[in-house]
Amino acid sequence: MMVLDRWIAINAMTVLSDIPIHESPGPASTGNVLPILAQIRYALEKLVSAGESTLIDLRALPFGPGDEAELFGRLGRGEVSAELQALGISRIWETEFPGVWVVDHANPEGERLALHIEIAEFPALLRSQPEDMREALERLDGHLKSLGKDEE
Amino acid sequence: MKKLQTLGDSLRRQGITRRGFLKFCTATASMMALPPSMVPAIAAALEKARRPSVIWLSFQECTGCTESLTRSHAPTVESLIFDFISLDYHHTLQAASGAAAEAAREAAMHDNQGSYLLVVDGSIPLGNPGYSTIAGISNLEMLKETAAGAAAVIAVGTCAAFGGLPHAAPNPTGAVSVSDIITDKPIINVSGCPPVPVVISGVLAHFLTFGSIPELDAHNRPKVFFGTSIHDRCYRRPFYDKGLFANSFDDEGAKQGWCLYRLGCKGPMTYNACATTKWNQGTSWPVQAGHGCLGCSEPNFWDVGGFYKSLSVPTGEVARNAAYAVAAGVALGAAAGALNRSRRQAAKAKHEPLSVDDLE
Repeated sequence: MMVLDRWIAINAMTVLSDIPIHESPGPASTGNVLPILAQIRYALEKLVSAGESTLIDLRALPFGPGDEAELFGRLGRGEVSAELQALGISRIWETEFPGVWVVDHANPEGERLALHIEIAEFPALLRSQPEDMREALERLDGHLKSLGKDEE
Repeated sequence: MKKLQTLGDSLRRQGITRRGFLKFCTATASMMALPPSMVPAIAAALEKARRPSVIWLSFQECTGCTESLTRSHAPTVESLIFDFISLDYHHTLQAASGAAAEAAREAAMHDNQGSYLLVVDGSIPLGNPGYSTIAGISNLEMLKETAAGAAAVIAVGTCAAFGGLPHAAPNPTGAVSVSDIITDKPIINVSGCPPVPVVISGVLAHFLTFGSIPELDAHNRPKVFFGTSIHDRCYRRPFYDKGLFANSFDDEGAKQGWCLYRLGCKGPMTYNACATTKWNQGTSWPVQAGHGCLGCSEPNFWDVGGFYKSLSVPTGEVARNAAYAVAAGVALGAAAGALNRSRRQAAKAKHEPLSVDDLE
């Protein structure tokens, strides 16, 4: 009889919430994001008042689980994003705060190489480089020369 | 070996654009823990850097240091650095062995006299030379012979830097560190059991970039990686400052991710880069996984007391001894204080770190 009672009791527990498992709220916030936001604000003020840009290396800062997501959540996404394909992909986007950019460098395997916050009019790496432009000029000359030969 | 080739030439030949090169320099600056403002200087130096010869000797070790580096999925920067150095001898990795391998080492020493880098992992036994030999040559003999013509020596791992586990009491092989033997060469200690891979490649990158060794601390470790304590760079530090601690590995404090100081974390006495570089491509590190730091980059870490004993109390059963003192009619505070003082004095004499105050 006792076995039957237990069987009935177990089968009566059909609702998921009846199972005595309590969801953990997760680790508490470390508070590490606040000083970085203050550093970004200081750098942005320097950019506005003196035109001086700043690069913050997030890899050099102590981040715990959730800190990076919290920082990026607070910075949000702005109007511009770009992708650089050189030695792997670098993802670059402006945050909701114009002048504050996130630059996320990865290698060809997609592993992160560096993560920067760049406070500038635009990230320096997006600018075309003089060496590459000189080489581009030579290549264009080559194209023009071969096109000219084709027309002859 | 392409002796006259610069890193700039090598990268251009691989079709890497200037933008790619600057990205490489940016990642290298991050790897060397240098400020991003140093990127133009790094770019100018790396452009002209020449390929150095590296000889890697492994003595009394577990191969964990080599594993740490080679199992790091070779991110682009590190793989480029390693493509660029000429690793002329590493008997764990190379195909040749015995006389053929030793011939490669001797040729590298001869061809690069005074300019090659010597990397050592493992401690050196001073007891019976037969404890550890390579091709019939004792570790002591091989180290002295190879260090003689080196520009600098990098002692990789706590065994090479401080003697490590083989040196732990009772030290049956008479294990010593590289700096106990070599005294006339610049020595860079990259301690850790194992060391953080990015720290090993960061030191190599520094030598490659600037042709010199980085600024070192009192234990000859690069200050850029070992200049601050784990505790000072720990993401859980704000909880320590608020007095919020985990008191067991499964209590509410542990679940909340509070400070692990009371569970024996050696972060306050340990200097290393784990808290920022982390492990496994920056995925996590021991404290983030919920375990205190063991202090593996510090000298004699194996012998400084229990891994789970808090630094704030002396090693030994204070509560039990204090209770005995009460039973004997002695005032509890005075007795415990006197006992702790005497323990601290004895520990200081044996160089055992016991409390944060003692360490600072």
